[in-house]
Amino acid sequence: MTANTPNPGAAIGARKKSLASQLIRLRYDLIPDHLLGEILAKKWVENVAPFLFMVLTIALFGSLIDGFFAPSSIVNMVRQLGEFGLIVLAMMLVIGAGGIDLSVGSNFALANFVALATMHILGWPVWAALMATLAACAFVGLLNGFLVGLLRLRAFLTTLVTLIIVRAVVDMLLLRHAVSISAGFPDSLVWDFIAMGSVFGIPFSAIVLLVAALVIHVLLTRTRPGWRIMAVGGSRRSAHNSGISVRWTVFGTYVGAGVLVGMAGFMYAARLSSAGADAGMGLELAALTAAVLGGNALGGGRASSAKAIMGAITVLVVTNSVIRMGMPSGVGSIALGAVLLLAATLDVRFLKNRYKLLASVYVSPVVNELPPAPPTQAGSGSAYEVNDRLHDVELIGLGEIEAPEDVILDRNDNLYCGSRQGDIVRFLAPDYKKKEIFAHIGGQPLGLAFDRDDNLYVCVGGMGLYYITPEREVVKATDETNRTPFSINDDSRLRLADDLDIAPDGRVFFSEGTIRYEMHDWPVDSIEARGNGRILCYDPRDGSTKTVVRNIRFANGVCVSFDGKSVLYAETFGCTIKRYWIEGPKAGTVETIIGALPGHPDNINRASDGNYWLALVGMRTPAMDLAAEMPGFRRRMSRRVAQDEWIYPNINTGCVVKFDEEGNILEALWDQAGANHPMITSMREHKGSLFLGGLSNNRIGRYRLKDADPDWTSCDHYWGKK
Amino acid sequence: MSDKQTIKHRGAKGEFHFAYDDLHQPADDGVDMKIHQELIVFIIWAISFVALSVALPNFFTEGNLISLLRSVSVLGILAIGMAIVVIGRGIDLAMVATMAVSVAGAIVLLQQGYSIPVALLAGFVFAVLVGTVSGILIAYVEIPALFATLAMGLFIYGVGRFGFFNQDIVLIPPEGGSLSWLGAGRVFGIPVSILFLLLFAGLVALFLRYARIGRFIHAIGDNPSTARITGLPVRKLYVLSYILSSTIAYCAGIITATGVGSMNTRIVNSTMLYDVILVVVIGGISLSGGKGGVRNVLVGTLLIGTLLNAMTIMDIQYTVQNVIKSMILLIAIIVDSLLNPRDEQTAQQGDI
Repeated sequence: MTANTPNPGAAIGARKKSLASQLIRLRYDLIPDHLLGEILAKKWVENVAPFLFMVLTIALFGSLIDGFFAPSSIVNMVRQLGEFGLIVLAMMLVIGAGGIDLSVGSNFALANFVALATMHILGWPVWAALMATLAACAFVGLLNGFLVGLLRLRAFLTTLVTLIIVRAVVDMLLLRHAVSISAGFPDSLVWDFIAMGSVFGIPFSAIVLLVAALVIHVLLTRTRPGWRIMAVGGSRRSAHNSGISVRWTVFGTYVGAGVLVGMAGFMYAARLSSAGADAGMGLELAALTAAVLGGNALGGGRASSAKAIMGAITVLVVTNSVIRMGMPSGVGSIALGAVLLLAATLDVRFLKNRYKLLASVYVSPVVNELPPAPPTQAGSGSAYEVNDRLHDVELIGLGEIEAPEDVILDRNDNLYCGSRQGDIVRFLAPDYKKKEIFAHIGGQPLGLAFDRDDNLYVCVGGMGLYYITPEREVVKATDETNRTPFSINDDSRLRLADDLDIAPDGRVFFSEGTIRYEMHDWPVDSIEARGNGRILCYDPRDGSTKTVVRNIRFANGVCVSFDGKSVLYAETFGCTIKRYWIEGPKAGTVETIIGALPGHPDNINRASDGNYWLALVGMRTPAMDLAAEMPGFRRRMSRRVAQDEWIYPNINTGCVVKFDEEGNILEALWDQAGANHPMITSMREHKGSLFLGGLSNNRIGRYRLKDADPDWTSCDHYWGKK
Repeated sequence: MSDKQTIKHRGAKGEFHFAYDDLHQPADDGVDMKIHQELIVFIIWAISFVALSVALPNFFTEGNLISLLRSVSVLGILAIGMAIVVIGRGIDLAMVATMAVSVAGAIVLLQQGYSIPVALLAGFVFAVLVGTVSGILIAYVEIPALFATLAMGLFIYGVGRFGFFNQDIVLIPPEGGSLSWLGAGRVFGIPVSILFLLLFAGLVALFLRYARIGRFIHAIGDNPSTARITGLPVRKLYVLSYILSSTIAYCAGIITATGVGSMNTRIVNSTMLYDVILVVVIGGISLSGGKGGVRNVLVGTLLIGTLLNAMTIMDIQYTVQNVIKSMILLIAIIVDSLLNPRDEQTAQQGDI
């Protein structure tokens, strides 16, 4: 066992001086490897590829075609984009909810016909014509929505059928009315403005597109119906099971798509006034290509206006350029087919492999040089010398409790601890045989502390800082802090509030283990040893939360010193105890109390004799100490080896030590046989007993201290007798 | 069927051998509804056939029946190819494009003076290539079948227009005259194309029912993940099924082209593909895979072929024909979804 190894620090110390290791350290200090993983984890990353593709396409055809960037060419293209972009938005909306609408092409033709018929033949005013057009197209959307959404038919085949039917209807209507449409000549300024007008040089259709894109963006990202659409597309089953009306949501997307297509067709009609049968031919394929190329996921759940417009621009540039370059027939089809396949391939592969890629680059270790570990073996004369004093502790709640990370006792001697189920469990004094659930919070309750008014503050992993009033009401104190400037990961939300203590003025100082990993991944932070932890301060007087110390190699135990002027905190993977001054001349500075621990420190609490108890959750091992100096090794390990096979710090065998205000170790308590309390994450002294908690234990230990003050309780000591 | 099910472990290679008789039962006896749909369609066909014979003077004539059978045969062969893919829970929207472009390519080679076997082989190889690429895109790249084959169809049509032919209609040169027997010949008065339909029907029926791989395709269509966990080579079989549909499309194309002496590549833009899907769906092969067989295709072919023929005789406008066919397809899809309703708990995400 760890405790019996000869001093492992000596060998490490000798190697530290080499120049190579200094260079390695410099390399890992200067190059921010962790940013790559954090950028990849961002949602906007998936827009980078479509964006680059769009820029490349424009650059390619811009250089191949003379006059590509001439104002007239640009305006013409933007005017077309206004119409095509609306179609792609429509397609995006439907794809976003997990469907597809192939009828957009013939619906577009229908819009064209209705607009021309009402304007040219019937001579309606523009607004009436617009209403008629939108209504006609919305009706097609309604039909699609009814069949696909409400009857739950297969979207692809169903909209294929409506494509054929609507196209056939339009062809029949055109056959009858094409001549009279050509003969008509609407005299309307508004109609002409829709066709050729611009505002500040921006074509009218582009403005419509912009407005529609913004509205849809707000719809999808900020409103309830939009969230429902994304939920249905993201996971239809989950949406159904959580009570979202999947059928009506899907129905809605088809109707919306119909209206958008109607608007596009109306502007097309105004621009060209052409009663030809080829309006919207093959448009569904172009729109589909654009939507997928922009990064909207086939099958739904990932869609945005920006993606749709990027895809629309790319496809429009390609198809226009192929025509303008006078390519032989067939090239257009080849280009569209190839681009569609390419886009679908990228989409599918990216979606499938993103998390693999992310997992392989996210962990980014740095050099974590630890000073030599003090000896612990028997007979070494060290203060940490192993013994078996914890062998015969009394056990409380054996098998009735899971994961009591921290324990605390109230003024009436009742014992509280957290549990894996998110409960605060109370064992009733005096014999602690009876157990009750004091309160249910959720998450993983970790550190505990009573304030002046007997509110029980709890650090809840995955949730934040909470407190429970004596009336058992659960109240959220805080779950966010100020975001670090220029950080890529949003670190304002608390992921792993760990331990806390309360200063005399009521301020709560609490630690967050890591800002880069979620609660359940906390051991991975040991592989990084980057200093992702922090100490935060919650002030109940104004409800504010501030980050006071950053870059801690897993911030863990927190304890306010006896004079109330500083806070001691444990750096688990740095194996140190540090002091942060909150008052006095040194306020705001940090100093090291214990620089070299033989193990990984966890909670710190006050002892009755003016000293501090410290739990060592596990002991350092020579292999992990060596690995800590070799970030390259740890990185290769995290990429090539399955997570279960990684080297982790030992967190199975530890001890409790007592240290004084200067950081001298006074005594150590071990369970050498490892029978009852091999892993200890916390200990609390109360009336001559030391109560022991452990994150992976199913019991609480009670160790009777021989020469401790039998009346000392932390509540009285902190807040005075009541 | 569990009491009869036997799974033997075969040797060290880890192959599993299913007792096919047991797996057989669903396809043979069917879920009751399937038999019903097939039967209903057959009865509808019989009634409409009799009605049309009485009502339409030109319908029940030898010349019309032969032409009906001939037009039906190509549709039927295509539908048989489509059925293989659909049973494996896929769809091949590139079939008609494959047929047109590969056959047109073969004919262009004939025009350039290559011998008949070389030209036919080249077209065949092209079709296999198309099927392989589609299959790989679907099975390995994991693009949904609808998109992969849709884009493939677009792509190869572009390739055909760009590389093989300039005119819409590619004429078979006189040197290829001997081929016309395939499409226009008769044996004992029966058009050869009909015999081909029967040949394909027989072969594919045997394949789907008695070949191990055929049963595997059923299993994959029924539940791909289970099939994969069971150890079936799901991806390879996907590729195979698309190769089969492509080559069958090529054969159908050869019969079409030799029948009229040319290949009209404009069928790519026609609604022929939807006719094929219509036949498959209406015959009772569920689009969610795993169900049905060749018999369903034949029944569907009879009904749709008869209807198309009748509409042609009645001189119904092409666009109206499209509307009527679409309506029938729509009804077929609705009935299909009523008989095999989507289950929100087990339906696959992104299955459109």
